[in-house]
Amino acid sequence: MQISGRDSNRYQTFTRRAALLAGVQGIAFIALAGRMYYLQVLKTDQYRMLAEENRVSMRLLAPLRGDVVDRFGRVLASNRQNYRAMLISEQTPDVEETLERLSRIVEIDDFTRKRIMRDIGRSPRFMPVTVAEDLSWDQFAQVNINEPDLAGILPDVGETRDYPYAEEFAHVLGYVAAVSEKDLEEAREEQPLLKLPGFRIGKEGIEKTYDRELRGVPGSSHVEVNAYGRVIRELAKDPGKPGAEVVLTLDLDVQRFAWERLKGESASAVVMDIHSGDIVSLVSAPAYDPNQFNMGYGTAAYKELLESPYLPLMNKSLAGMYPPGSTFKMVVAMAAVEAGISPSQRVVCPGHYSLGNHDFHCWKKGGHGAVNMHDAIKHSCDVFFYDTAKRIGIDAIAEMAKKFGLGQTYDFEVPGEKAGLVPTPEWKRGAKGEVWHQGETVIAGIGQGYLLATPLQLAVMTARIANGGLDVKPRLTRAIGGELLPIKPPKPVGISEAAIAVAQGGMNGVSNEPGGTAYRSRIPEPGMELAGKTGTAQVRRISRAERLSGVLKNEDLEWRQRDHALFVCFAPYDAPRYALSVVIEHGGSGSGAAAPVARDIMREVLTRNPVRPQAKTPSGGPNSSRAG
Amino acid sequence: MLDLRRFTGHEMRLTEKLIEFNWAFLLLLALIASIGFAMLYSVAEGSFTPWAFRQAARFGVGVCIMISVAMVDLRLWMRLAYPLYGVALAMLVAVEVIGFVGMGAQRWLNLGFISIQPSEVMKVTLILALARYFHGLTLEEVSRFRNLLVPLALVGVPVGLVVLQPDLGTAVLLIATGGVLFFSAGLRWRYFIFAGAAVLAAIPVIWSRLHDYQRNRVFTFLDPERDPLGTGYHILQSKIALGSGGIFGKGFMEGTQSQLNFLPEKHTDFIFTMLGEELGLVGGIVLLTLYFIVLMFSLNVALQCRNQFGRLVAIGVSMTFFFYVFINTAMVMGLLPVVGVPLPLVSYGGTAMLSLMFAFGLLMSVYIHRNLEISRGPSAFW
Repeated sequence: MQISGRDSNRYQTFTRRAALLAGVQGIAFIALAGRMYYLQVLKTDQYRMLAEENRVSMRLLAPLRGDVVDRFGRVLASNRQNYRAMLISEQTPDVEETLERLSRIVEIDDFTRKRIMRDIGRSPRFMPVTVAEDLSWDQFAQVNINEPDLAGILPDVGETRDYPYAEEFAHVLGYVAAVSEKDLEEAREEQPLLKLPGFRIGKEGIEKTYDRELRGVPGSSHVEVNAYGRVIRELAKDPGKPGAEVVLTLDLDVQRFAWERLKGESASAVVMDIHSGDIVSLVSAPAYDPNQFNMGYGTAAYKELLESPYLPLMNKSLAGMYPPGSTFKMVVAMAAVEAGISPSQRVVCPGHYSLGNHDFHCWKKGGHGAVNMHDAIKHSCDVFFYDTAKRIGIDAIAEMAKKFGLGQTYDFEVPGEKAGLVPTPEWKRGAKGEVWHQGETVIAGIGQGYLLATPLQLAVMTARIANGGLDVKPRLTRAIGGELLPIKPPKPVGISEAAIAVAQGGMNGVSNEPGGTAYRSRIPEPGMELAGKTGTAQVRRISRAERLSGVLKNEDLEWRQRDHALFVCFAPYDAPRYALSVVIEHGGSGSGAAAPVARDIMREVLTRNPVRPQAKTPSGGPNSSRAG
Repeated sequence: MLDLRRFTGHEMRLTEKLIEFNWAFLLLLALIASIGFAMLYSVAEGSFTPWAFRQAARFGVGVCIMISVAMVDLRLWMRLAYPLYGVALAMLVAVEVIGFVGMGAQRWLNLGFISIQPSEVMKVTLILALARYFHGLTLEEVSRFRNLLVPLALVGVPVGLVVLQPDLGTAVLLIATGGVLFFSAGLRWRYFIFAGAAVLAAIPVIWSRLHDYQRNRVFTFLDPERDPLGTGYHILQSKIALGSGGIFGKGFMEGTQSQLNFLPEKHTDFIFTMLGEELGLVGGIVLLTLYFIVLMFSLNVALQCRNQFGRLVAIGVSMTFFFYVFINTAMVMGLLPVVGVPLPLVSYGGTAMLSLMFAFGLLMSVYIHRNLEISRGPSAFW
């Protein structure tokens, strides 16, 4: 190109520098191409994965919670359909207006309305928000029919836990409730499942113990989502596995009967198979409605539960600790036989027993006269056991108590089991730093003092007497997910047949011999006869002045001051199969309050589960000790 | 109606100019723009609305502007250089005074029938004004210090106004454009060395005056994973989109990152990412190659031009275009911090498209009038 002279050096410089700029451009483009090569070829696998992670979102699907059924397969806890109305806020021009229209069908109070508005504010506009739950069929039908007028409302069916027999099984089954922060912390890798809206977790009882089994395996749905989390389409679905069915050892009919019988009292009853340890019935009254916990107990109602003196939230069968009172006398009698005291040896009961300068009274003011071991149990003579306890000592008694299941827990399936207390001098030194007094041995002879036992333990004690001294343990679960749980064969606790015979015979005397403390509450039907023992546990100290002026009757005392009424028994006497303990808090006397209840429950058990006559019980002849 | 005859000079008739017009170049631009339309069609999930159609219409207007501008005699553009610069500067001042707040910064001037971005206009007029100024200096005069005061002011005043908006991206572009013209006019190397040193020294001062969002962009650029859901989100998602595209891409309208909205601003600043995701390395390289051809053509225009004004205008337009392409693509690839620079001809946007086509019109005017010799001193047009 021809450039005029004056312009030539400008042009040369320009050409040089333009070439330089072209070089810069070239280098820049090579850098861009190199970067693209790096991203799109070298690193493409990594970014492809990240893009896939962006695109595909896994949604957990909550598994259906497993049922809990009784030993015959009758449903105790299940899921029922929960008719709900959801609201998708992007589908309505006016949320307020929609709610207003819906409230003509379903009541929506101000509190709920605020909650709904808050939920809508918190979630993306395409996410359904629960507006009303637990609709009746009529309401649900109306919502469905009126759907065209209810912009944004989505009728939906969910699942919710249902306890058809609410209070009867409350203390056994426990309940499910919303997941707490603490549950979330403990859940670790299962957190995503627990975070699902509306997910419930077992909080008490069987629901808690077998939460994992009942919960099942969550399914998942792989969905394509956009950047705002809106689901575009479903890619794959895994329905998951519903929770396992848990079969309990309970008998629905017996449980309901026992509940009806105890309702109104603050009481507990435990029925147990003496061979397998199967718990046939486990009732604690009063109770609560587990269905309420599922939806959230009302504050006022919950406060009432908490403040009630009858402790409806406490499972008294496991956690209620009571002095066993006279129901403990068989243990003392057996310890005496093992210590070499002849069952036929008599003790004279003048109505009181003196130790040093202290008098211990028999419940019968005039005394029982000269009684042997059998009669002492039959009439529940206190003086005989004061004397016997002193002679054999507290350690022998404690050893026997432990053999018969007191002072320990059994790894029972329902949480909250208490160990009770079997006192010894070592225990006292350790726990209280005091020396053991002989008077404490004496009152331990009648099951008072430091001794504490739960109704479950009393049932176990009775079962071990009835089965001839085998260390049967209670169990509540028959099968999980179709797998029968094995029963561990019980082992002998190590006791002589003579000792067992005294205990069994004495209990027979209590119920079946005229003059026995529970003769009035016997079962007359042949083949159903029960052998029992009354217990009346004192909860207050009777002063010398009161003793002189006449001990106040229970009816004259305020409820808290009254004696606990206890009764333990097994049946049928000829071929024992079931053991039963009944504790009625502040019920008055064992014979008056507890024995009739126990009799009725035992009869119900035997009527519904007839025991075939057996030739012999494992302990030898039940009649062998009847005389004496 | 303009009396073209009067302005186009006596050497060429309008028909001659139309023949001289490089239609192949226009076709090249149309090809690039068409890639943009296709991507905008894909962004809208297979719809010409709301973006692709409007963008095509704008390109049509742009083509008219480009041809019209190209027809105008280069000497007239030289004569108009300072007045146009003055208008642009006035608009920049106006945007400061009466401009309304949009996108957190005052950048738009609403003229009632149209909203324009004065900084876009300034980019073109600055080239004209500087080219006009340096046209009048010999190589020796260029490096005289007193001769540098005017061009420095020509660059410095709009840069100051743009920084006030604040629009750092445009400010940097203006400085870069100015620098290219100084450089091409033949300013001695040592000035650039001094300037470079001065910039390095000024960095701490500039840093302390940056807005938080601007600082965050720099932080995010240095370490995008620092805050993957916050400011780092754009770069990270852009890299994921590009990387997952691979060699051949996921297919047109099949880009998951783009179609599912993980990619932000995908119809404007991040449109190259979308192209890379859906059409892969191949698509990206094709587009970059087309851009490179445009750049080489415009450089060639500069080299063929017989007058300094035309040369400087051509190289100014060429380099501005290069800066756009490079800053945008390097940004979406994570090589540069996120700055609001569109991908020329492809990103959706009106002012940028029109001012770019105006600039290409100037380039074409230089091309058409490449054999014109314009004297250094005050010309006949003055």
